Amino acid sequence: MKYVDEYRDADLVHKLAAAIRRLATRPWTIMEICGGQTHAIVKFGLDELLPETITLVHGPGCPVCVTSAELIDQAVELAMMSEVIVCSFGDMLRVPGNTVDLLTAKARGGDVRIVYSPLDAVTIAQENPAKQVVFFAVGFETTAPANAMSVLRAEHAGAGNFSILTSHVLVPPAMRAILGAADNRVQGFLAAGHVCTIMGTGEYGPIAREFDAPIIITGFEPVDILEGIHLCVKQLEEGRAEVENAYARAVRGEGNPHARRIVEQVFEVTDRDWRGIGMIPDSGLSVRPAYAAYDANQRFTLTHGDSNGSSECISGEIMRGVKKPHDCPAFGIRCQPEHPLGAPMVSSEGACAAYYRYRSRAY
Amino acid sequence: MCLAVPGKVIDIQGDDPLLRSARVSFAGVIKQVSLTCAPEAKVGDYVLVHVGLAISVVDELEAEETFNYLRQMGDLDGLEPIAGEKP
Repeated sequence: MKYVDEYRDADLVHKLAAAIRRLATRPWTIMEICGGQTHAIVKFGLDELLPETITLVHGPGCPVCVTSAELIDQAVELAMMSEVIVCSFGDMLRVPGNTVDLLTAKARGGDVRIVYSPLDAVTIAQENPAKQVVFFAVGFETTAPANAMSVLRAEHAGAGNFSILTSHVLVPPAMRAILGAADNRVQGFLAAGHVCTIMGTGEYGPIAREFDAPIIITGFEPVDILEGIHLCVKQLEEGRAEVENAYARAVRGEGNPHARRIVEQVFEVTDRDWRGIGMIPDSGLSVRPAYAAYDANQRFTLTHGDSNGSSECISGEIMRGVKKPHDCPAFGIRCQPEHPLGAPMVSSEGACAAYYRYRSRAY
Repeated sequence: MCLAVPGKVIDIQGDDPLLRSARVSFAGVIKQVSLTCAPEAKVGDYVLVHVGLAISVVDELEAEETFNYLRQMGDLDGLEPIAGEKP
């Protein structure tokens, strides 16, 4: 497949790894933000090609992982209402809330449907005018345009029975929270490529300067990721802290103006409680009052509860780069993909799922 | 979740910016994709698709430039993988 296969070229991968080994003279800790990058790193064994002095830690870029248990409880609550159809990305179904997950709600008779796109949920609303259709709108900046568009499409189609349960999160405030924590050990970032496809690169310069940390906009294939690490190590070794774009085929400086306009039209910035990490100011998106008719939290009276779920899960420390999945005593024993204690074990972007799937024999 | 896959635009339907869409081929698998956020996409272009939306037209020149840069990077020239490693 064009723009995929050539970025998995083994020869180029090994040459880039060799270049990084030559470059690194001191220990460095680099965080890849996005869970998609984490999975590529673990799946292709990219971390094992690096010198021992380079440590990759895995960031919070897994929307399923940081969605609060309270919101999952609310989705379950909605699913158990006889007049409601809950539509969700498949990843969310097995994530435990404070009591049960959406899959259990489905087994108990709730109408829970997996969709590929939020726009499919609008179609389901049009096909079921007698029902209320709620889309569980999780995601980072990458997904915000599609979720915003579902609201605009519903409005355009007159689908007044459609609403979204929003749990949108934003990357730059989380990077500030990680770098500003007392126990932080992250020295440089691989920023999430597709988040920047939407938002552009402008937000990262002030973070790089304030925290003296290089930030490399990075793609998702092995060559992309190693190029990102190479540029990051080069900056660290030279004592620079700048923003560089290693994913220029998909990221322009200003981002995607059409997508940003739609997001701006439907959503506004709000404080957000991140599961395992806690409240981060101005780190989420909620539906603007002008579109309150499409906000499930306005349309239904939902119960408010605890945001963190299991107390044994150490996902917060993993997502801040302080610990790795195998540092958790429950990893692979009490916490497995079939019976997860926390979201990073179920999500296709969760660090624990990546280690369980690709590294389970090593521990 | 932020997964986006590149695919080739086969044909384009509709004029309304909110409803305009394209059939996009992902190595032969065809899907209907919204072009609301990538109105500049033309037939034959590669678009990055995330949950049913084209979020970017892949910049062919930038892609080529990256490869040229990687091939020409001074410290890669003549650099062989470390002995004992599979190339």
